[in-house]
Amino acid sequence: MMLKQTPLNAAHRAMGAKMVDFGGWDMPVNYGSQIDEHHQVRNDCGMFDVCHMRVVDAKGNGVRAFLRSLLANNADKLTLPGKALYSSMLRPDGGVIDDLIIYFMNERWFRIVVNAGTADKDIAWMREQATKLAPQLSITSRNDLAMVAVQGPNARAKVWQVLPQTKAATEGLQNFQAADCGEYFVARTGYTGEDGFEVMLPKEKVEAFWHALNKAGVPPIGLGARDTLRLEAGMNLYGQDMDETVSPLESGLTWTVDLKSERDFIGKAALLANLPTRKLVGLVLLDRGVLRGHQQVHTAHGTGEITSGSFSPTLEKSIALARVPKEVQIGDTVQVAIRDKMLAARVVKYPFARNGKSSL
Amino acid sequence: MSNPSNLKYTASHEWVKSEADGTLSIGITQHAQELLGDMVFVENPAVGRKLKAKEECAVVESVKAAADVYAPVGGVVTAVNSELDSAPEHINTDPYGAWMFKMKPDNAADVAALMDAAAYQAVVDSEAH
Repeated sequence: MMLKQTPLNAAHRAMGAKMVDFGGWDMPVNYGSQIDEHHQVRNDCGMFDVCHMRVVDAKGNGVRAFLRSLLANNADKLTLPGKALYSSMLRPDGGVIDDLIIYFMNERWFRIVVNAGTADKDIAWMREQATKLAPQLSITSRNDLAMVAVQGPNARAKVWQVLPQTKAATEGLQNFQAADCGEYFVARTGYTGEDGFEVMLPKEKVEAFWHALNKAGVPPIGLGARDTLRLEAGMNLYGQDMDETVSPLESGLTWTVDLKSERDFIGKAALLANLPTRKLVGLVLLDRGVLRGHQQVHTAHGTGEITSGSFSPTLEKSIALARVPKEVQIGDTVQVAIRDKMLAARVVKYPFARNGKSSL
Repeated sequence: MSNPSNLKYTASHEWVKSEADGTLSIGITQHAQELLGDMVFVENPAVGRKLKAKEECAVVESVKAAADVYAPVGGVVTAVNSELDSAPEHINTDPYGAWMFKMKPDNAADVAALMDAAAYQAVVDSEAH
C-alpha cells in the first residue's frame, strides 16, 4: 500500500527525519534523539506536523443542538466564542468511535478536529446522524487545511514572531480557546501538557510556515516524543487507551461524559445501563524495566492490562496507563508481567508530568 | 560510522570482539542502535549462565521498543557491563565501546565463522531495500 504523505513530507526528509508508517501515513518518528525532542518541548518549544489529523466544519442552523445529541460531552458548556471542548463520540452501545475537540465559533459554525485514522469513519457517522437529526447542516471535511502544533512554554511567542498579524487576536486566548484569523485558525490547544498553539492554515502555506518557525528557532519534533509527552500529560490515545469496544467510563474519560444534565445523547442509555467495572489508572514502575501496551497487570482485585506504556523522560522512570478492576486504589502496588518476570509498579493518579515538571 | 574491521558480526546485529584473554565482548551494532533509538534499559544474562548459539540472552529497550539480543556462539557468560544499568545511552553514543556482556566461547572456531565487517554491511544494506 502506498503511504499517505502530508505536505511537509519533503521537509521532514530534508531535516533528517526517520520516517515510519503511522496508520498508513509516512510520518517522522524523530529527527535524532526522541528524548532530546521530548525535553525540548517541556523546556522551550517544538513543532509537530499534525496535518494527518482532520478538520471538519459543521455549519448551519441548529448545529449546537446536533452536537448535543452527537457527543458525550455537552456542547452547551461552550458559550464564549472560540472556546473548545474535548469529547468522545459514542456508538449507541457506548463504545468510543473517536475522541475529538470541538470549537464553538458561532451559532452556525462549530469546528471539529478528529484523529487521522478514524477521520473517514467519523465523518460518515456524523453525516448519517445529521441526515436523521439535522439534515440542514453541512458537514465538510477540510482536506484543504494543514495543521501544525507548536508546543512548549515559549511556543506562543514564537508563533507571534512568525505570524505577527495573529497576535492581537490570539494574545487574550484562554487555554482551550481559538481565534479565526482569516487564513490562520489559531487554537490554544495541544497534546503535550504544555502551553502552545495548534495552527490550522491553507495547505499551500504550511511549508513556508514550518520553515519560518524553524528559522525562528523552533525545532521539529517527531511522533515518538509526541507519544511520551501525551502519556506523561495523561492524555488518551485513541486505538490504544480506548476504542469501539470499551466504555469511556472505563477509559479515564468520565470527566468528558456529561451524565448530569437531562440531555440525551447517543450512547447515554448504554452507559447508564452498564456501570463500569474497570477504570484507567496510572502506573509507575518501581523495578527496572519498561512498561508497554498489552502487558498484564496483576492486582489484589483481578487482572488488568496496560493500554499505553513507555519510558518517561521527565520522571526518568517507566510509566503507563492501565485498565484495571475498579476496586484498585491509588497507592496500591501491583505486579506487571514483563517477559518471564513479575515487576512491581505503583498505582498513581495521573497526569505524570505537565508544564515542564513532574506532577506526581 | 562504519563497522570496525577488527570485530565479528551476526545477522541479528550483535558485534563480537575477541579479547586477549580468550573471552568475547558482545554488544549491538551501530545499525541496531540507530533503528531502536534512545536506549533506556538493558537486561543482561547472569554471570555463569551457559548459552547456546543464537539463544535469546539479553534485552535492550529504547523509548520506542524492546529488542532481544542473541548469543553469537555457544559459551558461558563471564561478565556483564553493569555501567549500562545507569547509563544505557552509552549504547547510542558509543555502540562499539559499550559492550553488554562477555563470554567464554565453547569453541574458538565458531567465532572465526562469524561475519566480518564487509559481510555484515551487506546484511545492513539488504535490509534497507
